[in-house]
Amino acid sequence: MADLGVNICGIESPNPFWLASAPPTNTGDQIARAFDAGWGGAVWKTLGEPIENTWSRYSSVDYNGNRMMGLNNIELITDRPLETNLAEIEAVKSRYPKNALIVSLMVESNPEAWHRIVRQAEDAGADGVELNFGCPHGMSERGMGSAIGQVPDYCRDIVGYAKEAATKPVFVKLTPNVADIVPPARAAKQGGADAISLINTINSVTGVDLDTFAPRPTVAGKSSHGGYCGPAVKPIALHMVSAIARDAEAGTVPISGIGGIATWRDAAEFILLGATTVQVCTAVMHWGYRIVEGMIDGLSGYLDSKGMASVNELRGKSVDRLQKWENLDLNYVIKAHVDQEACIGCGLCYIACNDGAHQAIGAEREGDRTRVWIIDDACVGCNLCSLVCPVHNCITMQQQDTEHESLTWVEYGEGKGTLEPRPKHGVTITAE
Amino acid sequence: MTTDVVPGLTPRPALSRSAAFAEAHRCLMCWDAPCIRACPTAIDVPGFIKRIAFEDDLGAARVILEANILGDSCAHVCPTSVLCEGACVLNDVDGRPIPIGRLQGYATGPVIQGGVQLFSAAPATGKRIAVIGGGPAGLACAAELTKRGHEAVVFDAASEPGGLNTRGVAEYKQTRTAALAEIAWLQEFGVAVRPNTVVGEDITFDELLGGYEAVFFGAGLGAIPVLGIPGESLSGVEDALRLIEAVKTGALAPDAFIGKTIVVLGGGNTAIDAARLAVRLGAVRTVVVYRRGPDEMPAYQHEVAEARREGVAFSFWSAPHSVIGDGKVEAMRCQRTAPGASGADGRPAVVTSDEPPYDVHADVVVRATGQATRQSLLSELPDVATDGRGRIIVDEEQRTSQPGVWAGGDCVNGGKEVVNAVAEGMAAARSIDEELRR
Repeated sequence: MADLGVNICGIESPNPFWLASAPPTNTGDQIARAFDAGWGGAVWKTLGEPIENTWSRYSSVDYNGNRMMGLNNIELITDRPLETNLAEIEAVKSRYPKNALIVSLMVESNPEAWHRIVRQAEDAGADGVELNFGCPHGMSERGMGSAIGQVPDYCRDIVGYAKEAATKPVFVKLTPNVADIVPPARAAKQGGADAISLINTINSVTGVDLDTFAPRPTVAGKSSHGGYCGPAVKPIALHMVSAIARDAEAGTVPISGIGGIATWRDAAEFILLGATTVQVCTAVMHWGYRIVEGMIDGLSGYLDSKGMASVNELRGKSVDRLQKWENLDLNYVIKAHVDQEACIGCGLCYIACNDGAHQAIGAEREGDRTRVWIIDDACVGCNLCSLVCPVHNCITMQQQDTEHESLTWVEYGEGKGTLEPRPKHGVTITAE
Repeated sequence: MTTDVVPGLTPRPALSRSAAFAEAHRCLMCWDAPCIRACPTAIDVPGFIKRIAFEDDLGAARVILEANILGDSCAHVCPTSVLCEGACVLNDVDGRPIPIGRLQGYATGPVIQGGVQLFSAAPATGKRIAVIGGGPAGLACAAELTKRGHEAVVFDAASEPGGLNTRGVAEYKQTRTAALAEIAWLQEFGVAVRPNTVVGEDITFDELLGGYEAVFFGAGLGAIPVLGIPGESLSGVEDALRLIEAVKTGALAPDAFIGKTIVVLGGGNTAIDAARLAVRLGAVRTVVVYRRGPDEMPAYQHEVAEARREGVAFSFWSAPHSVIGDGKVEAMRCQRTAPGASGADGRPAVVTSDEPPYDVHADVVVRATGQATRQSLLSELPDVATDGRGRIIVDEEQRTSQPGVWAGGDCVNGGKEVVNAVAEGMAAARSIDEELRR
């Protein structure tokens, strides 16, 4: 069995699976049950000044009959007394000394407030603190959360305040509600951040009740934009994690990846793109703490199958595989191939290609069923047919033999090399 | 999906919203979808299923009913596993086709059973059409004509229209109440029905031909004829259609067969309906006696398999010899048979064996040996040609050999499904409409 233990900026964790700062980490009792279930670490739901919450707080996006493809919330930071949280942090840490316990913090932007809260969290026994620069709703209206994360200078300054008081690692949790995630990440590093957590939730309105016209979640007929998370945001999170990992400056800071992680596969992808630990929230809100069992088994089985003794060997292996488009090989030719034995004749590939791509699939009725075929010289190898095909491995993309050496857009622009013959375009429409 | 330990008389429940939603989302929305081709009324199956998936249930019902005005009945009585669901490409993935029939009922139920009107008739044409027979073919024809602005009048001999839909569909597939609600919905839409009107007695064909611009003949088939074997008049010998009807009307109590042994004669779908009904009425033993083998049964294989699961026994290669009893049935005497040379239809001829007959104990014997054609009724229409088996001959637009007379349903196809009757009735209506607008 591969070793799943990780060390992130000096904090040991028995595995990379942490709970993100959110409702599943609201109380000591919850975190204790999560650690019992197998979670390696947890980030305590954000402590700060007292707040009050609304009742109706969550809304979701269902997709094709599946529930909670995306989740949206307008819940604020903890609404429990600070003393209660601190006492419970102390109790949990004493009962679970081997698990990583990070405390999320958010206070107004003055040094004293940050010094005080950082010391309180450390005194309670936290292994580190996480500065919440990400919450995009409610708290941001009061100048906190994403209002900080969106301005690199604020990030730098406030990380500095926290670091002045901190004796343990400081994580900075970034908001994805920015045009480019790299500047705030660099600013966090410049302020002294020991690790970066991302992404926090994305500004969202999940939908509108078509009978009442009230957006969701509805609070007395009105709503407010919330923060979006869950499986729907994973690709956005993977991009932002990898963007930081690829950055020469910010990329030296360890990353705790967050965003739509529900399975060991999701976790492995974040780790491949540079994350050291991963944080999970929505999947636990949907399925409970027990999902970590499958995550642990799945990841260690996967590492075994790759001959890796430790999860650390996996980290960052895909970072360099993400490149600028201009560095991709224009002479890498693939074409779709249909396994006629496996094909069930649904014709989805034909429809998708004909209406939504490059008119490179033919179809006709043969007896009682539909037969499809690839029009090779029109196929641009876009993958769409293989994406819509409902039968496993029925449509595969196959690399073609080519005459010419690899050629990037940059090289092509410089007049180097020879392009492989390009695919033919489909039907040409005329005026008549 | 659970199977009742004791099969009941109640049809399977409608899909819940959650189940319908999940199943609708499984539909692949095939190109040139084979389910549409497999449907005699060519319902746009992916079209209505995607409307369910997109939470437009009324839109789904409209798609179904546009193509098949009796879509609610068909949702319950269609042999979907040999039609739309049998054609579903997902059979090749995991053997779990989309439950099209149940999704259809999910969409049509609230509309038809809830009395929600979705269609409005075209401007009145002033043309009147007489429809003979208020079964599925006649009702479908009349409804389509009504939609197209004509005045269709359905003449039905029974006190309640609906034909086999009201009287002949096993109650465990569709209730009489549901069938009557569908007819009420059609009447609400504008289909006029004259019940208790026997054409040829209460009104003559000539009157219809003279008083209406067109006539649609959809009188179905007649009763199941007696076999002409000894003992057939004993108390306890029933006709399958009368048995099914008696259960539907409540004339026969739901526990009428407790402790009894039922012998059903025949190998068609009506025989299987009667046998499965007997099980539901409490029979301790139900035996289907059929003069040929399992491979030659006209009944659907899936129905036969269901009957077997429910405990129905089959005695193949056995022909009815006589009914034994003193005043009432005590046993069915059967004669062994054997396959002979293949006939013109590809099925082996039946050769009666020389062996002495054997007796099957029986409290009730049910005749399910096929309905007769309506010879006496047809004899009043001498210009309407029939084939050697008494079926009305029609062209591809359901026209008979007599100008101004169209026909469809069992009297034309010899006894098929409700959906076939609907398809023929609606095709006739389109043809009549076109003709009358010339």
